Amino acid sequence: MGFLDTLLGRTKPVQPNLDVLFQLPSAAVTLEAATGFTPTGTGSVCFRPVEGRAFADVEKDVRELLDMSGAKSGTLPVEVTKDSYGFTWLVSSHMSTEVEDLVTDLHAVNSALVDNGFGPQLLCTLVAFRDEQQRRLALVYLFKRGTFYPFAPLPGERRDSGLELQIKGVLEGDLKMEQDLSRWFPVWGAPGL
Amino acid sequence: MVARTRYAPDRGLTVRMGLTMFLLGLVFVAFVAAIIGISAAVHASDGAIVFFAVVLGGGLAIGSFFYSDKIALSTAGAQLVTPQQAPELHGIVDRICALADMPKPRIAISPTDLPNAFATGRNSEHAVLCVTRGLMRRLTPEELEGVIAHEMSHVAHKDVMVMTVASFLAIIAGLLIRFSFYGELFGGGGRRGGNNNNQSALPILLIIMAVSIVVYAISFLLIRLLSRYRELAADRSGALLTGQPSALASALTKVSGSIARIPTKDLREAAPLNAFFFAPALSAQQAQSKLGELFSTHPSMEKRLAQLAKISQQLGQH
Repeated sequence: MGFLDTLLGRTKPVQPNLDVLFQLPSAAVTLEAATGFTPTGTGSVCFRPVEGRAFADVEKDVRELLDMSGAKSGTLPVEVTKDSYGFTWLVSSHMSTEVEDLVTDLHAVNSALVDNGFGPQLLCTLVAFRDEQQRRLALVYLFKRGTFYPFAPLPGERRDSGLELQIKGVLEGDLKMEQDLSRWFPVWGAPGL
Repeated sequence: MVARTRYAPDRGLTVRMGLTMFLLGLVFVAFVAAIIGISAAVHASDGAIVFFAVVLGGGLAIGSFFYSDKIALSTAGAQLVTPQQAPELHGIVDRICALADMPKPRIAISPTDLPNAFATGRNSEHAVLCVTRGLMRRLTPEELEGVIAHEMSHVAHKDVMVMTVASFLAIIAGLLIRFSFYGELFGGGGRRGGNNNNQSALPILLIIMAVSIVVYAISFLLIRLLSRYRELAADRSGALLTGQPSALASALTKVSGSIARIPTKDLREAAPLNAFFFAPALSAQQAQSKLGELFSTHPSMEKRLAQLAKISQQLGQH
């Protein structure tokens, strides 16, 4: 924020950075090779809905778009859930081998919102992973910072911080990881994780 | 392709705020010029009064700037809380910070039942966000989110810094009034007896006092005006951030509605913190008259609701 904006009490809404998402498939390969975590094929986009008709219409369009592409490839329809904080999650499920398709879907949601002027409403995108011991892991993409961070929930709202830091080290070369650990906010109960 | 934006700044508000700050600056320059002019005409003892006022005033301003978070927390009797102690509240703040790309502030809860919230601290890294138990009890999560987004906008706009700088002048003028008053009482009488050169000391202290009183009065009104504009700006940014202006509006009506029903003892205790509160604790009684609005740190409920309704309408347009 510039000096003048401070002086005049203005904030410019932060626009998201979308193209980084396409680095996910190659990062998934690195992750599997190094730690044994494989994609579950599920991913979700989280955004803050805006009140009023305009946003409701955009949201409807996005869902129809995803359902159409899902019907073509024979995958499950998109699931829409609202969390207790009032944020909407669009969950897209693919086969675990179709990471590229998943990322394309997620990107479609994001760009639909951005094209309609609702880019600042995007919170994060999440891609789920599992390993042989059924440990859960998500790579969370923060739109506003253009960075990723790992989130490994344990039962009872605890995080496996050791695993998260290990994953950060593994993926450092493939993805821009979030260096400020205070930005790794937990997404408890995120749908699709 | 350039995505269209639905978040155009409010030019009218920007212009009015800029004008207010310009006027404050003008008063400041005039004040300094007057003091220099007066001091040039007198001997050291009166110049020393001005010097002490500036040093002490500067010290007070810098002190309150650097310790604003600690002062506000202890005045409110608030305790910092960890994510384990208040997971719900931390969850809301986490999300708002991620949406706005801001560092997360420390979070505190004040045990009072007065429904309110404030954010303070000299910059985003040292910010503290405090909500009261009364606020959390009364508001739905969506309304609470609206209030927190409003407070986080204050942090983003660096309102503590802006208001400290703006108040600096008023602090010095206030101190000068006091100093010259005591100077009059104790200094003037003693000196008049010994040295006939000091005949001029009395009127000059009076002039300094008069100038200071005028400056204090004008800058006080301008600071209040600025504060009201900053509140409107925070409402606006907060509503755009969450995309839910109506939730913020409903929080506003709930908060000020219940403030009116709370015993006055609590209200007076809360008065010094008003400038940083979400809604001032005295608003219900004060907002009745036009004059009351002139002295108020917050815009009237009608103005805030009208602005939020306008934003809601803009956001809903295709």
